[in-house]
Amino acid sequence: MMDNKNVLAVLAEFKTPADLIHAAEKVNKEGYKKYDCHSPFPIHGMDDAMGEKRSPLGYMVGIVAFLSAAGMWFFQYWTSAVDYPLVLSGKPLFSYQAFGVAAWAIMVLSSAATALIGMLVLNGLPRFHHPLFYSDNFTKKVNDDGFFVSIEAHDPKFNPDETKSFLESIGGTNVELVVPDDEG
Amino acid sequence: MSSKNIETDASLDYQVPLIRGNPTFASITESVSKVTEAKTTKEWFVLFGFFSSLTMIMIGSIGYLIWEGTGIWGLNNPVGWGWAIVNFVFWVGIGHAGTLISAVLFLFHQKWRTSINRFAEAMTIFAVICALVFPGIHVGRIWAVYYFFPIPNQMDMWPNFRSPLLWDFFAVGTYFTVSFMFWYTGLIPDLATLRDRATNKIRKLILGVAALGWRGGNKQWKHYELAYLLLAGLSTPLVLSVHSVVSTDFATSVIPGWHTTIFPPYFVAGAIFSGFAMVMTLAIIARKIYNLEHIITITHLENMNKVILLTGMMVGYSYSMEFFIAWYSGNPYESFAFVNRAFGQYAWAYWIMVSCNVIVPQIFWFRKLRRSIPVMFVASIFVNIGMWFERFVIIVTTLAKDFLPSAWDYFSPTIWDVSLMIGVFGLFFTLFLLFIKHLPMVAMAELKGVLPQADPHFGHDGHEGESK
Repeated sequence: MMDNKNVLAVLAEFKTPADLIHAAEKVNKEGYKKYDCHSPFPIHGMDDAMGEKRSPLGYMVGIVAFLSAAGMWFFQYWTSAVDYPLVLSGKPLFSYQAFGVAAWAIMVLSSAATALIGMLVLNGLPRFHHPLFYSDNFTKKVNDDGFFVSIEAHDPKFNPDETKSFLESIGGTNVELVVPDDEG
Repeated sequence: MSSKNIETDASLDYQVPLIRGNPTFASITESVSKVTEAKTTKEWFVLFGFFSSLTMIMIGSIGYLIWEGTGIWGLNNPVGWGWAIVNFVFWVGIGHAGTLISAVLFLFHQKWRTSINRFAEAMTIFAVICALVFPGIHVGRIWAVYYFFPIPNQMDMWPNFRSPLLWDFFAVGTYFTVSFMFWYTGLIPDLATLRDRATNKIRKLILGVAALGWRGGNKQWKHYELAYLLLAGLSTPLVLSVHSVVSTDFATSVIPGWHTTIFPPYFVAGAIFSGFAMVMTLAIIARKIYNLEHIITITHLENMNKVILLTGMMVGYSYSMEFFIAWYSGNPYESFAFVNRAFGQYAWAYWIMVSCNVIVPQIFWFRKLRRSIPVMFVASIFVNIGMWFERFVIIVTTLAKDFLPSAWDYFSPTIWDVSLMIGVFGLFFTLFLLFIKHLPMVAMAELKGVLPQADPHFGHDGHEGESK
């Protein structure tokens, strides 16, 4: 192996979703923080096993939904009744019932945009470089049929040799120290 | 749980594997990804050449329309809305099945949807693109379409938010954008799968950018799953709202035959009906060509046929209820409008509609016919035709004979109506061919998630990981 100073993360592979959950529980118990469990699909029960909190995305979307619906309603009132009042087919200037449709549409539109963009921001995506991409075994399998635990070097408890033997002790296979490729 | 059992068990109980042939995670990746990686076949090029030529016809027809104006169509004085609106409503309706499959069935935990949802969502997006062609061009003065948008303009005027035509613009515009975002969210993990399998540099680059650097960590899945759930939750009411708003284009007018309260639910049922028929037509072809019969199984198709039967009867109920209310209202104009539909100058169109939409789906009462590929393929084509005629009947027959007999006229399409309709079908299939060639047409990550071995309890009884 290479010089331990270059190590960016330790990566261990597990066989099945159940093994990954068991591993996650143990890594969490051991006190690691900067770790993640990678799988080709979301595994039920993994959040509990990792001690993850619920995503705040719901609140973000809820706030945006409320503000955008109210804002669009107000905007329609302002354009139709304040900025350029125009009587059309005898309807009231502030036809709040009729303004419901566009307010609804804008609410759905901005909430959906918040869900997508918020998800990306919370996940730190797009990010085209990540230490784990240095591992050929990882990139080959993680989106196909591989289950991995990664512990990053930022973690206060991280020590290349100890972390590696810890992951081996909990049943990880193909445990590797992730180091930058020579080509950079 | 043998494969024979799956063949015969249509109950879709959770215990029954949804996919046949005991696939592994890797075999799903392989069978779905290889479609996009294999050398392009000659057949694909032939089809692509054909449909993109039709798309060229569309572009030419639009060009001539902009040059000359809407007078090139068969519109006349009472029939101011012709095929452009028929096609618009037809295509928007097609889209609804995709949203129903991807969003509503997701919320109801219908796991069988995972085999067809990507496919159906793509269909939604392409159908809505086809629909959006029409409002863009049928206004006549295409250079003024920006009046739709509430942006400050040189006349200091704002759009009329009290008009259903503007509601329509907002509803369909939102529908397209939200469907696209939902689709893309679902694609991210699968694009990462393709990225990791890519061998040549250009593929690596394009897929790498499109996958946004996805690495499948649970800290990502956590936000991802909630985002997906929220998008499904936001799309679900769109299934009901979009076509309801489209129907208000008609229902808020005072034209007999249009001015009815049944329109919103009637349009929504018709939309789902026609959309499922279109998913069926496309899925039957694609699963055959790309050997995905073990993923999109006969049981999936049977389920769709049940939805077609149900919504077909809802549509049939609406047809009869319209007649009942026309009679019951005691309004002579209303009664005339409906008698005219069934027995007037466009009776042929009306009875094509009834035969295709009400009579044909009745064959799906029989299990044997529900599970017969040739039967369902033909039936789905009939439903597509019938639903196009439904919009034609609603729009053209109603306008052709309105209040004043002196204004009555007969609408006949011109060559430009026909060329535009054919051209837009070309656009739809061109986009679809590009999709099945370049993107994973089955949602791999989701499909893996519903396999029995994806359950953390699989083979590990007594584990309490999920028990909190």
